[in-house]
Amino acid sequence: MIWLTWRQFRAQAVALYTALVALAVLLLVTGPRLTHLYDTGPGAFLDRFNADGTDKAVYFLGLAAVLAAPAVIGVFWGAPLITRELDSGTHRLVWNQSVTRTRWLATKMTVVGLAAVTAAGLLSLMTTWWSAPITRAAVGRRAPAPRASGVQDLLSGRFSPVSFAAHGVVPIGYAVFAFTLGVTAGAVVRRTMPAIAATLAVFVAVQIAVPLWIRPHLVTPARLTTRITTANLRGFMTPARDAPPHVTVAIDSPGAWIISNQTLGPAGRVVGSLPAWATHCAPPPGQPATAAQQACFARLSDLGYRQLVTYQPADRYWTLQWAETAMFLVAAVALTALCVRRVRRLA
Amino acid sequence: MTAILRARGLGKRYRRRWALSDCTVEIPAGHVTGLVGPNGAGKSTLLNLAAGMLAPTTGTIEVCGGRPADGPEQLAKVGFVSQDTPTYAALSVADHLRLGARLNTGWDDALARARVERLGLDPAQRAGRLSGGQRAQLALTLGIAKRPELLLLDEPVAALDPLARREFMQDLMEAVAEHELSVVLSSHVVADLERVCDHLVVLSASRVQVAGEVDELLAGHHRLTGPRRDPATLPSDQHVVTAGHTDRQTTLVVRTDGPIHDPSWTVSQVGLEDLVLAYMSRPDVGRDTRPVLEVLR
Repeated sequence: MIWLTWRQFRAQAVALYTALVALAVLLLVTGPRLTHLYDTGPGAFLDRFNADGTDKAVYFLGLAAVLAAPAVIGVFWGAPLITRELDSGTHRLVWNQSVTRTRWLATKMTVVGLAAVTAAGLLSLMTTWWSAPITRAAVGRRAPAPRASGVQDLLSGRFSPVSFAAHGVVPIGYAVFAFTLGVTAGAVVRRTMPAIAATLAVFVAVQIAVPLWIRPHLVTPARLTTRITTANLRGFMTPARDAPPHVTVAIDSPGAWIISNQTLGPAGRVVGSLPAWATHCAPPPGQPATAAQQACFARLSDLGYRQLVTYQPADRYWTLQWAETAMFLVAAVALTALCVRRVRRLA
Repeated sequence: MTAILRARGLGKRYRRRWALSDCTVEIPAGHVTGLVGPNGAGKSTLLNLAAGMLAPTTGTIEVCGGRPADGPEQLAKVGFVSQDTPTYAALSVADHLRLGARLNTGWDDALARARVERLGLDPAQRAGRLSGGQRAQLALTLGIAKRPELLLLDEPVAALDPLARREFMQDLMEAVAEHELSVVLSSHVVADLERVCDHLVVLSASRVQVAGEVDELLAGHHRLTGPRRDPATLPSDQHVVTAGHTDRQTTLVVRTDGPIHDPSWTVSQVGLEDLVLAYMSRPDVGRDTRPVLEVLR
């Protein structure tokens, strides 16, 4: 059965692994130069990196490859795994040999699934190695510059949606999930093109939903309630003239992932904004805070206004990585169980 | 009689349409059984149920003493070649034999190779480039070389030319004789089956119309021609299969175990094709009257 699986799968495997080797060569050629750049001047590294168009292009290519690989695996390896047999009727040939459907499916999913894990793992390893100087430079900074360029924004935290999903062990979780999603969609929908469409739609939805609503809560976020002072004030926005201002504060936790930054009113409940008179607390642009502002914030503090920050400290990075990977593996197991049930009932 | 296939009250429904209903039949071991009926009669459905490709909606089916496709041992006992004789287009003929060898514990490699050679198939040829007939032969080779106890063939000769049909049937007879194989094959062409089948099941309008040994079926059916009369006036041991009337004449096909004594009838033999056609065209077909189900002895 392993022989047959490999015989059917080898062309697709060769195609993806060839692309992987091509990317590896590109990263190996450009990687050492980046390391050298970091070693010769860590402080100015990010600016010098941003100035180089080629390096930026390679960085984005690697990022795109890691993010797109699971979808490619789900669509081209997962969805057709069963539907190709159904489309050509060969399931009636292979299911009438002396091998049960369950074993047939288990072997196919194991062989192709392992190839998917290996591909995603190697891809993540390669790009993580290549971008290590960038990560080191980004982690070293306490807070991002207020007007960061696009690249720096992406890099500003390893927790940013794109960066988190493209590094560490999470890509393996995504790949396994996308693959089993594809196979299951095939078993449910039974035709290749609709199965591919369904796989893509669900996977993209998951890629959007996870960083927005699920990842922040995989581990209960840390909470910090603090007074608003001129020292920790980070953002002060007035939506309209004389309208109640919104504020955000900075916390003393380098590299942390800020999930929410809300103002608590005198009653201790979340209020959307400060009172309208607090517009006077606004710091004059580009100038140090004055005594009047300090008094203004002290008055807010006396009234009971506080800022509640929920966040994931930087040292939880790997906890979150493993938690998210585990979540996808559990989802993959559930999908596989559904898939086995469907295949046993298929005609 | 040991039954290689036993169905009781077997039915299969696709959404609202019954493809097979209330099918009770026993097919004896060691025979080549023809499953005959018009298109859409439920032949494929019955064979797919026997192979375990489909699950029954009602009733039970037992093949080689077990539930169809229930585990590897059961799968090894039954060979099934589907109507469309599927093969892997990208795999070569040799790859298919390798597939058979890897996926079947009882694989007879010598038999498979000899058969492929005799058929003149190039082992290096991709199955996708074979003709329809050659593909059918390859699929059949896989079915036979698996060395099953029961071989189920759904319209096996449909894709073959007349010469290939005859050769295939001969080949099948040899395999049956050599390996003590039981075969159930379906066709809507009675002539295909006449030469090889010693047992027959007529399926029409999703029900079994008649089943039995070919010789006994032929001996037990007569065509009666005589002056016009009501078939209801016949003796009770004579069952009318079909009746046709002109103004002055009545022609009946009747089933009876005893001789026909009434001198007003001209009695003649019924050929297999006529017999099958008589059962297929029965007027009560598809109504709720119970069809003739019992096996004639």
